[in-house]
Amino acid sequence: MLEVKNLKINYGGIEAVRNVSFTVPNAKIVTLVGANGAGKSSILRSIIGLVKAADGSIHLDKRELIGLKTDEIVKHNITLVPEGRHVFPDQTVLENLKIGAYLRHDSLTEDLERVYRLFPRLKERSWQAAGTLSGGEQQMLAVGRALMASPEIIMMDEPSLGLAPIVVKEIFEIIKKINKQGTTVLLVEQNANMALRIADYGYVIENGEVTVHGTGEELLKNENVRKAYLGM
Amino acid sequence: MTLSYFIQQLLNGLSLGGAYALIAIGYTMVYGILRMINFAHGDVFMMSGYFMIYAITVMPWNIAIPAVIIGTILLGTLIERVAYKPLRSAPRMSVMISAIGVSYLLENLANYLFTAMPQSYPEISILKHVYTFGSITVSRVTLLAPILTIILTLVLVLLVNKTKLGMAMRACSKDQDTARIMGIKVDNIITITFVIGCTLAAIGSILYFTDRNTVQPYSGSLPGLKCFVAAVIGGIGNIPGAVLGGFIVGICQIVITATGYSVFSDAFTFVLLIIILFVKPSGFLGEKAIEKV
Ligand SMILES: Nc1ncnc2c1ncn2[C@@H]1O[C@H](COP(=O)(O)OP(=O)(O)OP(=O)(O)O)[C@@H](O)[C@H]1O
Ligand SMILES: [Mg+2]
Repeated sequence: MLEVKNLKINYGGIEAVRNVSFTVPNAKIVTLVGANGAGKSSILRSIIGLVKAADGSIHLDKRELIGLKTDEIVKHNITLVPEGRHVFPDQTVLENLKIGAYLRHDSLTEDLERVYRLFPRLKERSWQAAGTLSGGEQQMLAVGRALMASPEIIMMDEPSLGLAPIVVKEIFEIIKKINKQGTTVLLVEQNANMALRIADYGYVIENGEVTVHGTGEELLKNENVRKAYLGM
Repeated sequence: MTLSYFIQQLLNGLSLGGAYALIAIGYTMVYGILRMINFAHGDVFMMSGYFMIYAITVMPWNIAIPAVIIGTILLGTLIERVAYKPLRSAPRMSVMISAIGVSYLLENLANYLFTAMPQSYPEISILKHVYTFGSITVSRVTLLAPILTIILTLVLVLLVNKTKLGMAMRACSKDQDTARIMGIKVDNIITITFVIGCTLAAIGSILYFTDRNTVQPYSGSLPGLKCFVAAVIGGIGNIPGAVLGGFIVGICQIVITATGYSVFSDAFTFVLLIIILFVKPSGFLGEKAIEKV
């Protein structure tokens, strides 16, 4: 279980995130939705240790993550699919998947098979340089690479960004599948409609604060949420 | 120009080029991972020359060589730790200015410790052995330099392309934050990069100074600059490119000197740089930046 309490993040005096608290129970899908600049990426990056939290606590199974370095944090079976995919462009698809398993010393065959089953297109292109993949394929690679670490919690930062509606649908199907296979998901999305539909629980972030939270269904019905994020 | 004179000069050029190539690799690898030009690298190479001068007074050459390599690694990684690491999140220009500062510091330190007088580099007998083929005479180091350079380059290319460490190095050079998410200890990878660069610079200094006989505090500055140019010509960030550049610069320098235009030999390196930057800005083997965001 991941518990974030009163998280604050500052960038040179500017408060990007103030007092955000939320919980990600095991085996659930939790989503953070919000507009551009709300602070969603900052929250994920501070959980993974790339951004320093100014205050608050981040507990993963009772272990404080604040103060740990990223390479130590990911040892506790949590990972992030960063916003904008960030595959290693010059390395092949297969190499990207192997880098995902950098910390592992056991056999990768099974997980490689699993990733290729989830994303058959990656298998066809395993020798292609990742930078030459289409945007959707790169997103799949980024997710596949994260899965290669066999994480218990996978955080995804706007996996639907810049993708065609049909690919977005595919990605969300896969997120559900990953979750069914037992992985906890913390999903950040601007596509609130899709995110809330697959999420067990959601938090709406506005200007660095949680304004509303509830189950996916509750938020989909919430009048303010509908107006602000679902365009209804 | 007789054939034997030509062969003689070609061998000299290959030898100098080999030493340059080894130093150029240090520039190119550090650039690859930190996107900065390590202006202190040439001076580390110079210090390595002094290390040998002092090491040889207290130990036999076969212990002195590894000792000099280790000393050079310690110096190079110390510089990284003290002068570059604290600036990791600072603009790249600050790190480069810090590197220039370290360069001056090393030159002045050498001046202070060893005086400005050129000191004679020890003759390591095994390297100085002279072969005679007809009218051509070459020392063993002249023959060894290019061969050793090629071998070391092959080993390094294999390391970078085929091992897990190499995979991590390539990942860090593209995207440090994402590399961290993969569990890669980026600072360790940077240290390893400096270790490799310094090892090659130390070997390069042995090859270079054995053929040139003296070391003085500015012995590293012009060769350093030339090796940086070599790295750029070959395509900065690219290891075989740096080696190619090193050989080109070394051979050109010798050829120009041998034909009686030695006053232009240094200037030529920079003319070559300007031409390459015009014709092929990314260097011979440099990557074209195709970046998809
Ligand atoms: N490295 C940084 N330096 C300074 N300010 C930053 C930095 N990163 C983010 N910010 C600021 O913090 C705020 C929150 O940014 P963040 O990227 O977390 O938002 P977001 O919710 O992920 O937005 P988006 O949906 O557009 O990705 C923004 O105002 C942004 O300008
Ligand atoms: Mg974001």
